[in-house]
Amino acid sequence: MDELKQLTVDSIRAGLRAKRFSARELAQEALRVGEAENGGSGVYLSLTPERALAAADRVDAELAAGEEIGPLAGVPLAVKDVIMTRGEKTTCASRALEHFVAPYDATAVERVERAGAVIVGKTNCDEFAMGSSNENSAFFPVRNPAAPDRVPGGSSGGSAAAVAGGYAPISLGSDTGGSIRQPASFCGAVGIMPTYGRVSRYGLVAFASSLDHIGPFSRTVKDSALLLGTIAGPDPLDSTAASAPVPDYAGELTAQVRGLKIGIPKEYYGEGLESAVGAKVQAGVELLRSLGCEPVEISLPHTRYAIASYYLICTAEASSNLARYDGVRYSRRSESSGTLRDMYRNSRAEAFGPEVTRRIILGTYVLSSGYYDAYYRKAQEVRALIARDFAEAFETVDAIVTPVSPFPAFKLGEKTSDPLQMYLSDIYTITGSLAGIAGMSVPCGETPEGLPVGLQILTNHFQEKTMLNLGHAFEQAGGFEG
Amino acid sequence: MKITPEEVQHIAALANLRLSAADIERYTQDLEEILSYVDQLNELETSGVEPMAQVLHEGNAGQLRTDERGRSFDQQTALQCAPLPGEGHFKVPRVIER
Repeated sequence: MDELKQLTVDSIRAGLRAKRFSARELAQEALRVGEAENGGSGVYLSLTPERALAAADRVDAELAAGEEIGPLAGVPLAVKDVIMTRGEKTTCASRALEHFVAPYDATAVERVERAGAVIVGKTNCDEFAMGSSNENSAFFPVRNPAAPDRVPGGSSGGSAAAVAGGYAPISLGSDTGGSIRQPASFCGAVGIMPTYGRVSRYGLVAFASSLDHIGPFSRTVKDSALLLGTIAGPDPLDSTAASAPVPDYAGELTAQVRGLKIGIPKEYYGEGLESAVGAKVQAGVELLRSLGCEPVEISLPHTRYAIASYYLICTAEASSNLARYDGVRYSRRSESSGTLRDMYRNSRAEAFGPEVTRRIILGTYVLSSGYYDAYYRKAQEVRALIARDFAEAFETVDAIVTPVSPFPAFKLGEKTSDPLQMYLSDIYTITGSLAGIAGMSVPCGETPEGLPVGLQILTNHFQEKTMLNLGHAFEQAGGFEG
Repeated sequence: MKITPEEVQHIAALANLRLSAADIERYTQDLEEILSYVDQLNELETSGVEPMAQVLHEGNAGQLRTDERGRSFDQQTALQCAPLPGEGHFKVPRVIER
C-alpha cells in the first residue's frame, strides 16, 4: 500500500477506483499506525476500530456495486476528542469525562461520515480545548512530529500531529482563540478556522460559545477545502449556523490570485516576533507578490488589546459552560460526596486540571457582582473595536497576511509555569477569533532549526473562497517548501 | 489589582470548586497577575461603543427554527452516562431530612 503519509483525498479515490487497495485495508493501516505509534506520540486518546471498519466496508460495498461514492469515501479521518461521536468515548482530555460515551453524533461527524470518511480515532488535546501546547491534557502530552521534544501546539495538538505525522490525511479540530491555526503552524499542516457560524457546532463540547468553531486540518489546501465544504452549512440543531450558501470550495479552487490586495498589518510584524519566523513570513509575502498579489501596509490599531479582551470573554463564557459538570448527569462524581454541596465541590475539584480551574476562577470573578461592567462588559466593548479594525481593513484589502505565532514550536515544559506567557503566544490568532472572520494557517517552510512555520491568511466573513485560493496558489508555487 | 486569598476562596465557592490552601495561594497570584495585565483595557475610551456579545452577520442574525418537537433521547440513553442512576432518575445525596 502507498505510504499513509503520502495519501490525499484524491489519491485515495484513485487508489480505490483502481483497486490498488480497499477502504478496509486503508482503515486497517490507519488503525495499525495509530496503535503502533501512539505510545511515543500521544496523538490519540482512543481508536475507533469498529466504527472505522464498518464505515470502510460501506465504501467497499458501494464500490463493488458500482455505485457513486462520496467525496471523502474511504478517507481515514481523526476527530478531536471534544467532538461527539456516538457510542465512542468523548473525554475532552479531562478526568471529568474520562468514561463518558457520547449519546449522539456532532453534525460535523454525521456529515463527514455521510460523505464516506472513515473515523479512525479521537485525538488528544488540551483539557476542554483550553491551552496552547496540548500539555493541559489530563492524560498525556502530544509530541510534535517535526521535533519530538517539542509541543505540537494546542489546543488541537493531536489533530494537527495526526495529519502532519502521517496517521490520517485529514482531521477535525476546534478553534476558539487559535486552537486549529497555531498547532497547524507548529506541526506543518494546513488548518482552517472558518467564519463564525459557517460550520455547525452541534456536538462540539462548549468552551466559549461566542468564539468556538469546528474546522479542518489536512496536508493540502485542496483537502481542507473539500472537508470544509462537507461540514459547512446551516443546521436546525445550531441556531448560530449561518444559512449563507456554501460554495463548492474544492471544485472552484484556483491558483489565479493576480490582482488581490493583501493587507500586511504592521502590528503583527513588530516586537515579539522571532526573526526566524518573521523572515519566513516575509518571504511568503514576497512569493504572493510574485504571483500578482499586491501587498499593502495596513494598521489594525487595537491588536495589542486582543489578549486581554479575549481572556476575559472566553473565561467568562467557560465558567458558565463548565457549570454543567456537576457529577450528577454525566461527569465524574467524587467518592467523598456526603452532602450535595460536597458532592458538587469535590467532584469538580477532582475533575478539572489546573488550567481549567484557573479559567473557571477568572471567569467567575469577572462575571461576579461588582466586576461585570469593569471587566466583562469592557472586554466586549474592546472586542467591538477589534472587529471594527478588521471591517475597515477589509474595505480596502481582500485578505490579510500575518504570522500565525510569534515563535515556532517550543520545548515541552518550557512555558508551563507561567500562564500569562502562554496566553501571550496567541496574539496573532486571537484577533480574528474575536472578529468572527475566517483564518487559515498554511505551511511556509521551516526555521534553520527545522521547525515548521505557518503563514496566516485572514479574510472577511464568508470569504473562505479567497482565503483558500490564496493558500492553494501559495502551495502550488512552492510556498510550503519555503 | 490586589486580590486576597479570601476573595479567591469566595469565587471558588461560587463556582462550586473545593480548593486546597496551596491552590488558593497559587490562584490568588495567577488572578492578580492576569487582572493586572487586563487593566490595560482601561487605556481605551469605549463610551458609546456597543458591546459585542456575539458575532452577528447576514445569514445568522436572529434565525430561529420553528418550535416543533424533534428527536430526543429516551430515558435509558439519558441515564447511561450518569455516575449513579436509579429507578429512572439521577441519584444524589439526600438533601431533605425525613
